[in-house]
Amino acid sequence: MFRLFSSRRFVLAGLALCTLLLGACKRDEPVSFHGVDVTGTTFGKDFRLTDPDGKERTLADFRGKAVAVFFGYTQCPDVCPTALARAVEVKRLLGRDADRLQVVFITVDPERDTPAVLKAYTSAFDPTFLGLYGSPERLAETAAAYQVIYRKVPTESSYSMDHTSSSFIYDTQGKLRLRLPHSLGAQAYAADIRTLLHSN
Amino acid sequence: MKRILPFALAATLFAHSAHAQVSAANAWVRATVPHQQATGAFMQLQSASATSLVSASSPLTPDVEVHEMSMEGEIMRMRQVPAIALPAGKAVELKPGGYHIMFLNLKQQVREGDTVPLTLVFRDKAGKTESLQLKVPVRGLAAGAPQASAGHDHP
Repeated sequence: MFRLFSSRRFVLAGLALCTLLLGACKRDEPVSFHGVDVTGTTFGKDFRLTDPDGKERTLADFRGKAVAVFFGYTQCPDVCPTALARAVEVKRLLGRDADRLQVVFITVDPERDTPAVLKAYTSAFDPTFLGLYGSPERLAETAAAYQVIYRKVPTESSYSMDHTSSSFIYDTQGKLRLRLPHSLGAQAYAADIRTLLHSN
Repeated sequence: MKRILPFALAATLFAHSAHAQVSAANAWVRATVPHQQATGAFMQLQSASATSLVSASSPLTPDVEVHEMSMEGEIMRMRQVPAIALPAGKAVELKPGGYHIMFLNLKQQVREGDTVPLTLVFRDKAGKTESLQLKVPVRGLAAGAPQASAGHDHP
């Protein structure tokens, strides 16, 4: 009886040791990102916005995919098309994983970015890219939830929008994991998405 | 022949103004989607003597402005600027991420392959003005993106 107990204890101890070692192993795995790892953060938990077809969208719609969210406006002559063109390139670089990335473009200028413009704009880059908009109040709430700043700046004949240009990257479980700077190139951007897709 | 060749080459690369003080190279306008109300033009400008780009106009829209984009941390800032200085003999780039000409309140779509007439007006310190007429080709919406295909890691 004592022997059985002792051998059981041995097995248990062995199991515990294995678990510890495995844990240590996992921790040593170099899961490093080019962007800022924001795993466990409290901001950017979700959004509730409208797509150009009038359907309300939240993160839950994209479960099983990595999601790249960024803010912009279609009248923007360079940051936004650059970000969208980079997203096209990122999908190309992802190859077989391309279908596992959903790109979401949230307009900070719903006044001019009507659903039709938004849809034509994102589709011109990739028909799977989704443009989202909200009422001015909903947009303000969403931006605040992402710690995103946007500001209307008048010009002589019109206005432009200053805005935060980072991308927010969710894993396939809908957890915010990364904040990627606008300056990050397509290669590094794609590498981070690939790392996320293969680490959970 | 030795003197003509470089001139011929320059003439094909640069659009010259009447007095050949300012030239523009590699000019392009970004295409728009239907009902999109604004877009930008980009190019390299160079002037033999110091001057400034002070205004731009186009039959495309009455509202053409000179803007500068800059990054303040991760915040993209867009501002109208009164002028862009062109130091003597130094090429100044109007490119995504910096200076550009903005076409605002557009009434029609600007399609890839179209040509946009653009007049740039320059004024030097002595108050002498000159203008440069360009016919600027329209490139795709995604043009001027980070050159990832060329192996670049940064835009």
